[in-house]
Amino acid sequence: MNEYFRPTNIESLFDVLTQKDWKVLAGGTDYYPAKVGKPLHDNLLDITAIDEFRKISETEQHWRIGATATWTDIIRCELPPEFEGLKAAAKEVGGVQIQNSGTIGGNICNASPAADGVAALLALDAIIEVLSPHDVQQIPIQDFVLGNRKINLSADQIVSAILIPKIKAETLSGRFLKLGSRKYLVISLVMASAVLGFDQAGRICHARVAIGACSETAQRLVKLEAYLMGKRLDADVVAAVDASYVEGLTPIDDVRASKGYRQDVALIVIKRLLMGQGV
Amino acid sequence: MDKLNTLIVNGQRRQTTAALGRRLSEVLRDEFDLKGTKVGCNAGDCGACTVLVEGEQQCACLTPLGQVVGRHVETVEGLASGAEMAALQVAFERYGAVQCGICTPGMLMAATVLLRQQPNPTQRQVEDAIGGVLCRCTGYQKIVEAVLSAAQSTPVISDNTGKSVGTSLSKVDAKPKLTGTEKYGADAIPEGALWVRILRSPHHSTKVTLGDFSQIVAETDGLQAILTHQNIPFNRFGIYPVGKDQPVLCDGFARYRGDALVALVGDKNSILNVGLDDLPITFEILDPIRSVEAAKAPTALRLHDDKPENLLIEGTVIKGDVSRQASVVAEGQFKTRFVEHAYIEPEAGWAQMVDGRVEMHVTTQAVHMDRDEIASVLQVEKDQVRVIPTACGGGFGGKLDVSVQPILAVAAQIFNQPVACVYERPESMMASTKRHPSEISCRFSASDDGLLKTAELTADFDTGAYASWGPTVAGRVPVHGSGPYYVPNAEVTGRGIYTNGPPAGAFRGFGVPQAAIAHETMMDDLAQKLGLDRLEIRLKNAIRPGQETATGQVLTASAGMAPCLEALKDRWQSMLNAAEQFNQSTTGPVRRGVGIGAMWYGIGNTALTNPSTIEVGIDRAGRLTLFNGAVDIGQGSNTILIQICADAVGLPASDFSYVMGDSDLTQDAGKTSASRQTFVSGKAAELAGRQLRASILRHVNAGQTAKLSLIDNQLWVEDGVSRHEIDLQEMPAGQRDQVFFGTGTFDPPTTVLDEKGQGVPYATYGFAAQIAMVDVDIGLGTTKVLKIAAAHDVGRAINPQLVEGQIQGGIAQGLGLALMEEYVPGVTENLHDYLIPTVGDMPDMEIIIIEDEEPLGPFGAKGVGEPGLVPTAPAIFGAIRHATGVRVTEAPMLPHRLKAALQEKGRDNG
Repeated sequence: MNEYFRPTNIESLFDVLTQKDWKVLAGGTDYYPAKVGKPLHDNLLDITAIDEFRKISETEQHWRIGATATWTDIIRCELPPEFEGLKAAAKEVGGVQIQNSGTIGGNICNASPAADGVAALLALDAIIEVLSPHDVQQIPIQDFVLGNRKINLSADQIVSAILIPKIKAETLSGRFLKLGSRKYLVISLVMASAVLGFDQAGRICHARVAIGACSETAQRLVKLEAYLMGKRLDADVVAAVDASYVEGLTPIDDVRASKGYRQDVALIVIKRLLMGQGV
Repeated sequence: MDKLNTLIVNGQRRQTTAALGRRLSEVLRDEFDLKGTKVGCNAGDCGACTVLVEGEQQCACLTPLGQVVGRHVETVEGLASGAEMAALQVAFERYGAVQCGICTPGMLMAATVLLRQQPNPTQRQVEDAIGGVLCRCTGYQKIVEAVLSAAQSTPVISDNTGKSVGTSLSKVDAKPKLTGTEKYGADAIPEGALWVRILRSPHHSTKVTLGDFSQIVAETDGLQAILTHQNIPFNRFGIYPVGKDQPVLCDGFARYRGDALVALVGDKNSILNVGLDDLPITFEILDPIRSVEAAKAPTALRLHDDKPENLLIEGTVIKGDVSRQASVVAEGQFKTRFVEHAYIEPEAGWAQMVDGRVEMHVTTQAVHMDRDEIASVLQVEKDQVRVIPTACGGGFGGKLDVSVQPILAVAAQIFNQPVACVYERPESMMASTKRHPSEISCRFSASDDGLLKTAELTADFDTGAYASWGPTVAGRVPVHGSGPYYVPNAEVTGRGIYTNGPPAGAFRGFGVPQAAIAHETMMDDLAQKLGLDRLEIRLKNAIRPGQETATGQVLTASAGMAPCLEALKDRWQSMLNAAEQFNQSTTGPVRRGVGIGAMWYGIGNTALTNPSTIEVGIDRAGRLTLFNGAVDIGQGSNTILIQICADAVGLPASDFSYVMGDSDLTQDAGKTSASRQTFVSGKAAELAGRQLRASILRHVNAGQTAKLSLIDNQLWVEDGVSRHEIDLQEMPAGQRDQVFFGTGTFDPPTTVLDEKGQGVPYATYGFAAQIAMVDVDIGLGTTKVLKIAAAHDVGRAINPQLVEGQIQGGIAQGLGLALMEEYVPGVTENLHDYLIPTVGDMPDMEIIIIEDEEPLGPFGAKGVGEPGLVPTAPAIFGAIRHATGVRVTEAPMLPHRLKAALQEKGRDNG
């Protein structure tokens, strides 16, 4: 075991950040599984004692979820209805043990194609707040998560929070569906999330739909979003959603499911998500 | 100097200098000696290490010590106050929620949080709370019942003299498992022991050339040696005397991914620093043989020189003449894959030299076999080896083969100090045996009246790189392949074929679950063709007393196939009605279906002698001790054997203590496999008890009906005439230091099978039928099992609750086999890529116990360990077919496979 440091404020974090080849540690739910049967030689910079990094708060334009907020923090926090999708995703992360440890920032930075949080955050237009000793950057999540295990973060930067822009709509709905091969503790075959805003007449005035586990990173379905705008969310509208709205996916073939299966059920999952049905 | 850090564990301040990045699980176990927190995977996949941090559940294996400094941590050791267990622990004990006990601490901690917030939770809340803890034994139902009932006071079942058999006594070893004091393979390793770490082949098939390791040993602090095949006196092990084909450490070839190459010996942490890449080992990678078809090809490389065509063994049963086919014929081909045992306790143990003998402490299912194997590897006499089993955190057949034992014995001898080895989860999965993948062809025919006329079945089993229990599978399947039916003409063949897969060995059912998928589909096919109800056709053909099996054995008693089916009739009808109603009322993508599976299962070894000897005695202090060589792997033999012996002696079960397994202190009671312990060792325990009783009665010349009672060191014998008071302290001690002593030996009467497989392979058979109701989402190809009703003829339920637990746990494994479990070497070597059922995947299970008493068995009992899972997959597959029309021919039926089959039928509109 080499060094372990757990700063309690941002200043002391930046005092050391570039001094060593740190592994930044949050909930540990991805770090330790990668170390099974291996020696623990990394220098660990544990960022979970920095209070500012864990808070969930709001400003005029944004909701701000601290990077080390756990899934349980998110589930328990009173948030507006567009967050229901993110909360549903949080409840499907591992078991309660993992929800109590795992953090939203860690989930993003681990950048797994099957990350439970990323599809839901895409649907929320999440912006990643990145700190360095000299600046604060705000990076849209799709420009932050670049690929399988690949993120846009340099050695002198740290993810401090996720910003969710407030949406103007009469009513809002956040949704999430995860299809897996068992009930708990499961990596998804396909997952989808949507945030929909409706005007006074019940027409869709804000649409974000994202799909995960079907490409290297979760992605938005912009053609579908455009189609939904101005429409009422009824059975006919959803029935007309066909495979052309979920084009461009590049799902993998693996032991859990075939590529063709993922491609096929992606459309079904999306339609059920829109209809408010389950999987 | 290392900094001293403080945390509060179970209310007490604890200090440690351990590195802050270390896993909390390690700190609790190694620094604070709180071994109640179990490690099953080190990856957050199993939840066994669940502890509470500030009152919330967390996996201790994912929590760095640094995050709990100054904070409150609660472990299982903190639940009881003094000697008194918490209400939840009592409920676990009372409801039979503990089997092997390795998941129990995690389950208790997860449920404790819930009950603090919600003393009367709903079932859904319980499932959400414990959803992150895997259990491989119980099927979860009794755990859920225990949590739901924790708030109520729980009645204790008494054990009045002569009444133990037939009552659901709590397990005699429940309390240590519930309080965290039970010692499993990794829990009692002496401080300062050397550790062994085995490096394994990353390739499926490769030539291996070992270089000179002296430099790296000299240069690596804490590394004492790298053992190779040259250090092993006899470098082969295996189950059968003629099948010892597996090297302890590879000499020239590695035949599967996971084959052991070399063993590092040194201090625990230092041996982690050396990997394969650091060693001068040259691999010449060969094209692996990955299927039975490839292995049979004339050009295929031979895995073992003495096994042409890679054929390990072939077994056949031929009865009558299968060319006498009847008019209605069903045919099919079926395929199943490798299945992992996934016991939550990885292989673990330690060894030391004591007075020149090897003493092995290990998690195992087969103490006396281990002793013999260790002696063979060391080339010493058997009496130079002592095996003391630790508690076993699940086995299911996977701990019948040796794992850490040979290398620990060799290292203990070389270094003459305690040596330990604990597998990590990926190593456990890579190295250990699996359920045999199968490719089965079969053809059954029936006459127009629905009676079976012929049954043909040929099963090729992929036995992997080494023989292991392959011969048992090839021998057992031919006996069972025609199903639990009377068939005048049968021809069944089982073959074991070597490939470069992991060694396939014993796994609950020895190939019979795979064959049952085939024969039960034949029955459904025939029912369909004949227009018969699926239960009715089974009932029509159910083998009954007086009828001949495929091996020509006439069943004389305890053949309860028909009673099992009869018992399910009403439920079958109501499930069929429910499914029909549901399907008529829905326009959605979910279709409901009902299916049935039936099975029979020979209890004990196939056509081989398999005696058990059990001893019991009362010593001068008045202690009544069962000397029990049978290992309890969670199924409950410690309790069952005491219940049987208690009634045979005529003393309450609560008077008993026991010695389990220690090869110096017990006689050979065979291995815990083949569903044999209740029947075989149980009978031996009964005979031992009767002999003990007879010797007591003889001593005072009392009548047969005399009543015994034991109070401290006073043994009272009361008959109609008088009361004899025996002061045990005044008596001389004899065998095993006992005053009175009884021994019982039972070997089930069987015969060897002739060249046509005819004879008496088993003394008795278990029978069972299960019906399943499932929902299939035809859009997604997913299957949710809603309900399973299981009727099992167990002869006599010695302990009904433990019988139910065996069946429920079997159903869970059967469900996994049917719907989710597929081991792929190199791909699913952990518990997040290899999926076993969680609490949320289990159906409501109703267990119906049929007691068609077996005259040979103890108080009429047979076995139930394996039968629980055999009919489950057939029942689920029948239900999928009923729901969708898809005839399932492969396991597991993963969503993408079912979806593809639905698409083929044009029935996938979700």
